[in-house]
Amino acid sequence: MLITCPYCGPRDLAEFSYQGDANRPRPDQHDTDQARWNAYVYDRSNPAGPHREYWQHAGGCRKHLLIVRSTLTHAIESVAFAGAQGATPQAPRRAAKGRTKTGPAKGKKP
Amino acid sequence: MSPRRSTEGGRIDRGRTIRFSFDGKTYQGHPGDTLASALMANGVRLFGRSFKYHRPRGLLAAGVDEPNALVTVLKGTVREPNIAATQIEIYEGLTVESQNRFPSLDVDAGAVNQLAGGLLSAGFYYKTFMGPVIGPLRGTRFWMACEHFIRRAAGLGRAGRDADPDRYERMNAFCDVLVVGAGPAGLMAAKAAAEAGKRVILADLDPVPGGSANWSGETIDGLPAAAWAQGTIEALGAMDTVRLLPRTTVWGYYDGNTLAALERVADHKPAPDRGEPRHRHWTIRAGAVVLATGAFERPLVFPGNDRPGVMLADAAVRLLREYGVVAGSRLALFANNDDAYRAAAALAEAGATIAAIVDMRDTVSPAARALAERAGAELLAGHAVTGTKGRKAIREITVQRLREGEITGQPRRIAVDCLLMSGGWSPAIHLASQAGTAPRWDEALQAFLPPKPTQNWVGAGAFAGRFATAAALADGLAAGAKVAGGKPPRKSAQPRVETLELDIAPAPVFEIRPPGKAGKAFVDFQHDVTAEDVRQAHREGFVSVEHLKRYTTLGMATDQGKTSNVPGLAIMAEARGITVPEVGTTRFRPPFTPVSLGALAAERYGELRPDRLTPMHDWHVENGATMYAAGLWYRPMIYGGRGETVEQAYVREAAATRAGVGIVDVSTLGKIMVQGPDAADFLDRVYTNTFSTLPVMKARYGLMLREDGLAYDDGTTWRLSQTDFLMTTTTANAGKVMQQLEYYLDIVWPDLKVTLTSVSDQWAGAAIAGPRSRDVLAACVAGTAVDNDTLPFMGIVRGEIDGVPVMICRLSFSGERAYEVYCGAGHGLHVWEALMEAGKPFAIVPYGLEALGTLRIEKGHVTGAEIDGRTTARDLYLDWMLSKKKPFAGSMMMDREGLCDDDRIRLVGIVALDDRPLGGGAHIVEHNDPAEIRDSIGHVTAGCYSPALGKYIALALVKGGKTRHGARAFVSDPLRKRFGPVEIVSHHFYDPEGSRMHG
Repeated sequence: MLITCPYCGPRDLAEFSYQGDANRPRPDQHDTDQARWNAYVYDRSNPAGPHREYWQHAGGCRKHLLIVRSTLTHAIESVAFAGAQGATPQAPRRAAKGRTKTGPAKGKKP
Repeated sequence: MSPRRSTEGGRIDRGRTIRFSFDGKTYQGHPGDTLASALMANGVRLFGRSFKYHRPRGLLAAGVDEPNALVTVLKGTVREPNIAATQIEIYEGLTVESQNRFPSLDVDAGAVNQLAGGLLSAGFYYKTFMGPVIGPLRGTRFWMACEHFIRRAAGLGRAGRDADPDRYERMNAFCDVLVVGAGPAGLMAAKAAAEAGKRVILADLDPVPGGSANWSGETIDGLPAAAWAQGTIEALGAMDTVRLLPRTTVWGYYDGNTLAALERVADHKPAPDRGEPRHRHWTIRAGAVVLATGAFERPLVFPGNDRPGVMLADAAVRLLREYGVVAGSRLALFANNDDAYRAAAALAEAGATIAAIVDMRDTVSPAARALAERAGAELLAGHAVTGTKGRKAIREITVQRLREGEITGQPRRIAVDCLLMSGGWSPAIHLASQAGTAPRWDEALQAFLPPKPTQNWVGAGAFAGRFATAAALADGLAAGAKVAGGKPPRKSAQPRVETLELDIAPAPVFEIRPPGKAGKAFVDFQHDVTAEDVRQAHREGFVSVEHLKRYTTLGMATDQGKTSNVPGLAIMAEARGITVPEVGTTRFRPPFTPVSLGALAAERYGELRPDRLTPMHDWHVENGATMYAAGLWYRPMIYGGRGETVEQAYVREAAATRAGVGIVDVSTLGKIMVQGPDAADFLDRVYTNTFSTLPVMKARYGLMLREDGLAYDDGTTWRLSQTDFLMTTTTANAGKVMQQLEYYLDIVWPDLKVTLTSVSDQWAGAAIAGPRSRDVLAACVAGTAVDNDTLPFMGIVRGEIDGVPVMICRLSFSGERAYEVYCGAGHGLHVWEALMEAGKPFAIVPYGLEALGTLRIEKGHVTGAEIDGRTTARDLYLDWMLSKKKPFAGSMMMDREGLCDDDRIRLVGIVALDDRPLGGGAHIVEHNDPAEIRDSIGHVTAGCYSPALGKYIALALVKGGKTRHGARAFVSDPLRKRFGPVEIVSHHFYDPEGSRMHG
């Protein structure tokens, strides 16, 4: 797998470390809603298809990247600096819906 | 009669002779021979015994798809098993033995399995050995009894036990275009891409690239095809932008157009040349890939189709045209397509008699008829071979009328010494399948064609279902031009081919099932899977392609079903009454052919981790330290060399430190510069306690929690200016903490103006501890005073030691008055030696990790043994560090019910009442019965002999913690046979008021 780091160009997977699901916004530091914190620490979406996730270019510029990668093919749709304008993680609508109703929706594409 | 060498033809050098040995017998061959061709030339037809039934087996194929003729190559005491004889180039002294036979290939005791064939059918292991014990011959216990014998009997070659003495290499390569396969299509693609100025790698698994041009007998551009191919390869090789890789199998197609290839550099020589590896592994990153991997001919499934002498039609052609070996003197051909008639014509031309051509189709094209006539063969259209005879080689076939799928009429026997068969062709789509989605079924070709590319590759030639040489050349040219991004090629660029046009499309028949009891008809030759096994899987409900594969092991041998995949699916499709594409196919996985583990590892074996050494490492070693691995670091454990035991050494070091002064290397601590206008705010967010209130040139002990509220790491952080902090972490967590902080700044709080720099390797550190430590500093530090007013507890000063700038912070891990002295890493040894020199009058003692541990246990300080990822700050009585005035990482999660439970294990001290050591990991129990291994109330985390207390003590995590102070319990350590009474006490064993370190 090759990841095209916006700083360093296309680099081998071995230079990167996976830093987790990017579909879970960290609650504000002052947030006191226990459910939101629980969700942040423990809930993960597990889609078969495009997945937003963080990778750190640990063996390079050490920046964290927000990557959309297909879990089926490893094809990388997009790479951006994490935390950059417009790249702030948002919970996918599907996951939010799943929690309020009867569990995660099955078989639907996000 | 048997196979023989023809007087001319092939690319072997008849003028030279090579001697090699097979099963102890010496044979002769010629340069250019494979083991298979050389043995055939010597009349050998029996190459091995089959996997399950130990049936005699001969050569089926001539290439990498060979499932039967697997042998073990011996080099010295090294054995390399399961190598196809078709893939071994002979050299002087080559020594090979056959496999899966005892006592010999000719007389094999295992052949008795053929009689028990009914027992060894599909699912034999599952049915016989799984589940409860029902009778004496069933169940898992039966397996335990039989395993030894079954493991001996099953499998193919036997691996050696000696270490592999060969050297392997790995290479990374980059190119614009990788062409896999150097047949006509691949050569044209490489040529087109190279001529368009692209950097090209052309890989071919054979020693002589050229693919089918080497044996097609066609004429290309007025030259024999083989000569045309060699000319084209020479022209390519002369170009700077082209790299030719013969004997190189591209075996894996991974993400990002990354391909893996194995180059067999020296397998064809007695020994590698100077500086040469045996194999070289290539990781190739290609801009684009041209897949021109050709196709595999398929066997037909009929009773006795595995008898030595039954082989693929194209294999016989290759033997003849590449190696000058005539596979038999009286042959028959059994086919379901026109194209196979070429083989009959070629062998007839070489002097063999073609007794019959048995074609299961009723109508045969005029072109094919003409070929049959030219071969002088009797053409039996609408017939099928229904059986074969011969003990260790075929001597007779049975032919019957095949009418509308039914075998009818009287059997007719025809004496032959070789039967060629052809069931059509399967494109070698393995790499495309690895790279992409499911392949698609082509009804006309009765084959799976490559899937739609999901990566940047283009297919060409037989791989893409275009079998005719002219079509393959055109295809290759177009593919090369396409990946080079150039204009479509002109028609004139395409070489002219002179050949006989024959239709390759086969009749959709894969299996011949004569009525009544017939012999075994093999689908997977290497794993001994028969057509009946496939039907049995169907009967027993294993009908999906994935179940079929696992239940029968069809396609799971080292050849990965290259010849058996499609026939197996076709038989299942027929049993289910559906079509082949409805049954589906499994996705091919790497590797395409077996890969040597040595090549994958290359130079990466043995101890691969780097050693991290502090600047003072050599000094420690020279002064008698026993070094101890702490992660990648090496740290002194004790300074021995006085004939002391470990315990005597650390007790001496710890006692000397408490009595006078000791010095310890703390360079391994993680050190991170946290800088910027928001640095203090950032530290407040990640530490449980507050750092924004810390005065400049002061340090504070800090604790970090994980996001789930459990304790994570601790250390001191020094405020060097309003906006500069030097954070220290534990040695073990340095990397993880850095990464976590970077995560926060990049993702969670990108608006904070903070930069992080790892400076672990930039600073060397020495801690000096003990009542005389201040005297030592006073004796050597210039530029600052070190008295209590200038340098109070947790204060920081800058100064110089022997001309080197240093930073000194007064903090204590030992409970004594103590200082950490930091200087640039390059001066670490210099400063250390200056401190030792200054300490001489005070009898300074260097101490190691054991004494460090002893001092901290006496003092009740926690480390990684207690902050073990399961404990909370409260468990460790660090509640005082949890700020109530601000939120911090983990603050919302640390108060969850389970983390506040009264029954949690919490930090206590333990004193052994029987004067014996307490080992880490030992359990604490309340009952006084060494035999009872139960009811643990906690465990010891670290223990030592305390010179300050004169007792064996330990820190422990025990249910209830403080509430048990003063209680009696027992230590239970059955593994180390240790049981004895202990007293639970406060973990602050020594100087609980801290008067010694503050004084």
